[in-house]
Amino acid sequence: MKKALNIQIREAEEHAVIEMEGYLNDSLGEELSEEAHTLIEKGYTKLVINLEKTSLINSIGISILIEIIESLDEHEGTLNFCGLTSTQERTFRMMALAKYAGIFPDEKAAIANL
Amino acid sequence: MTDKHKVLLTIPMYPDMELTAAKTGSVIAELMSFNEGQIEEIQLAIIETCINAFEHSQSRDNQIVIEFIMKDNELEFKITDQGVGFKSTSKHTAPKKNVYSDLRKRGWGLEIIKTLMDEVEIKTGTNGTTVSIVKRKTV
Repeated sequence: MKKALNIQIREAEEHAVIEMEGYLNDSLGEELSEEAHTLIEKGYTKLVINLEKTSLINSIGISILIEIIESLDEHEGTLNFCGLTSTQERTFRMMALAKYAGIFPDEKAAIANL
Repeated sequence: MTDKHKVLLTIPMYPDMELTAAKTGSVIAELMSFNEGQIEEIQLAIIETCINAFEHSQSRDNQIVIEFIMKDNELEFKITDQGVGFKSTSKHTAPKKNVYSDLRKRGWGLEIIKTLMDEVEIKTGTNGTTVSIVKRKTV
């Protein structure tokens, strides 16, 4: 189901997947945050963020991902990422995101490990 | 080094204009045969440096000048603003800690740049800041 111009949401019974396209900066990050919080309010506490089509992520975009991790933690939820480039994965590990969210090569693995 | 090996770009401090600089850097790095991962690292370093200038420089002319210098095995880029400068030993913003002790939201820009690039030099004063960055090719 298409939600926003650059964001797609796929809802399953026990989890939801958010996929973004483009440059994850403050504006796309705000859209992402809105979609993630809507899913959390609907009761989804297991989320996957697929970054396969996300060409670049700046530090502001990453700070918004951290806020989503915090929100999910308040609901005892889980977040897994997939589709990262090697540079994105390196940055996520440096910023300690990998300690609080899983990083997987593809969506299937990310869902299986929720 | 002749002017033939230099590219000079001026961008206004408008939202998303950092992408213009990053794309220019990407084209130059590709021309120089940097690999895909290194090109992404160069783009990210340019983006973070520009964002730092946008957010903190208080530049009088509201613009950034980026000089790309192509050398045999390395790309150097100098990003200059005419802002108020900052203390290079401290972070631009006070790190905002979260409930997790090692997970903070902002203040990562310079650390990202230093991690991804080979050399980073900052010259800053009341007349502005120049961040000089070098990325070397790896086989």
